[in-house]
Amino acid sequence: MTVTHVTDQSTTERPGLIDARPVRHPWRWVAVAVILVMIAMIISSFLTNDRWDFSLAGQIMIQQPVIDGLLKGTILGTVGSMVIGVVLGIVIAVMRISSNPVLRGVSFVYTWFFRAIPRYVLLVIIGSGIGYLYNTLDIGVPFGQQIASLLGLSSDLTIGSLNVNGITGSIVGGIIGLGLSEAAYMAEIARSGILSVDPGQREAAQALGMSNGKLMRRIVLPQAMRVIVPPTGNETIAMVKDTSLLIAIPVIAELNYQTGAIANRIFKIMPGLVASTAWYLIICSILMVGQFYLERYFGRGFGQQRPKTRRFARPAGAGGA
Amino acid sequence: MTETTPSTSARPRAGSEQPLVRALNVMKSFHGNEVLKGIDLEVHRGEVVCLLGPSGSGKTTFLRCINQLESIDGGRIWVDGDLVGYRAEGEHLHHLTDKQVAAQRRNIGMVFQRFNLFPHKTAIENVMEAPVQVKGVDKKAARQHAEELLAQVGLADKAAAYPGALSGGQQQRVAIARALAMDPKLMLFDEPTSALDPELVGEVLRVMRDLASAGMTMIVVTHEMGFAREVADHVVFMDAGVVCEQGAPKDVIGNPQQDRTRSFLRRMRSEHDEARADAAGT
Repeated sequence: MTVTHVTDQSTTERPGLIDARPVRHPWRWVAVAVILVMIAMIISSFLTNDRWDFSLAGQIMIQQPVIDGLLKGTILGTVGSMVIGVVLGIVIAVMRISSNPVLRGVSFVYTWFFRAIPRYVLLVIIGSGIGYLYNTLDIGVPFGQQIASLLGLSSDLTIGSLNVNGITGSIVGGIIGLGLSEAAYMAEIARSGILSVDPGQREAAQALGMSNGKLMRRIVLPQAMRVIVPPTGNETIAMVKDTSLLIAIPVIAELNYQTGAIANRIFKIMPGLVASTAWYLIICSILMVGQFYLERYFGRGFGQQRPKTRRFARPAGAGGA
Repeated sequence: MTETTPSTSARPRAGSEQPLVRALNVMKSFHGNEVLKGIDLEVHRGEVVCLLGPSGSGKTTFLRCINQLESIDGGRIWVDGDLVGYRAEGEHLHHLTDKQVAAQRRNIGMVFQRFNLFPHKTAIENVMEAPVQVKGVDKKAARQHAEELLAQVGLADKAAAYPGALSGGQQQRVAIARALAMDPKLMLFDEPTSALDPELVGEVLRVMRDLASAGMTMIVVTHEMGFAREVADHVVFMDAGVVCEQGAPKDVIGNPQQDRTRSFLRRMRSEHDEARADAAGT
């Protein structure tokens, strides 16, 4: 028997620490070798194929119009549309689980509509269509014009009006469009998060006399965030890339358009694409770091307890009594 | 409302005094399944009432009706003279608003079978949450009160621990402190020890015993016969949605008159013995 093999001396001594040989994995080493060769080939092509022209790509990255597009289009667009998306998404999710059928229905139709329509199409509609349909946005009493003509008033009950084209044709229109679309996805994410919270939590809060709003804000949503944050990080990263659709508005102060414009002007297409790719990689890397800290914050109280001192106080292999 | 101070030494039932909880013909069904078929019950100030009975008898549902985690279909419940959940106006009853319901619950503490501590808050934050958020108590005062309550349940050293790092018995004791933080007139316990490992039951029962001897009015749904016998002033045996038998513990548990009570108690006793044999065997 294999057990007696190691201890066949069958002394009275009790077996001590185990120092066993690891299992060999020869095919893993083959795979590693193949992959290393492929990586070497790719790096070598970067160095030898001067059409990549990384130094030119680097220069394109730091041109003023590119930086402006990055800040005012890509980053501002991402932040703005994600803020709209998250806030509106949570509102729609809460409506969706309401007991009022009208609220439930509206929330369902919203999600249905904005999930079905492609973002590019939505941005074209906002950029070109809305301004054509509604020249000005009047702020006043609902149906003010109809009420005024019915009552024979001279005023049409309008307090002020906005130039719609000025809004929808700008980055604001783009942020609204991307935000409305994002809210539909965020609503589903928030709903799954809210449903993931144990119903006992709501009952405990109710039993303490908390109002519905407070128990949502203080008890349910903070716990739902644990489930909501990881897919929201995904959505944010997707949104960084979708800001390149702002051209459909059209908004040209945006990273991908600006690198492309420079590259076209000097007939160097590839370095322009490398420049925008590099920027997208940098932004997404930063976002991933942020997501890590958010997840850790909202995961407090769950899973392994990790007080800071314990990492140092407990060397590997020790512990257990 | 008549102001009465529960006497802490003994807990006599003053006959003239208005009961703290009065339930009359309480009925409740879930999807046509009648769970409560007309429950009558009176609980006086400072009294400890234990609800006993087989699972599915409606004891937990009845407890949840008292603080409106379930709405009742028929009958009436009064807590401290106030009709629970409704406002009488002339001939008709009107539902209370969410705000009014929340206000009624503030005077009633509840302890759940599964503790239901807020996992994203530390023990002391759990205890402070309702006083600060619901009553608007100053944070410093709330923290001090919370520290006292945690000390009272023997967990002064666990204030900064998250519930996930506490044992079941410790979690349940924090849950009791959390309910006490609102200075309730009445405490409801829904099988507070049923989710605990056997060796952790004692510490929770000890806290409940202390609470009872301090004069707290308590309604306890439990399977702990020993606790019911020693601590309860009044024991109610429920079966299939009705009160089968009630009275002093020495009568209901010691000398049951009804067959259903007798067979239930016999079953409990044999399970108890088995559990004890198991524990001894391992």
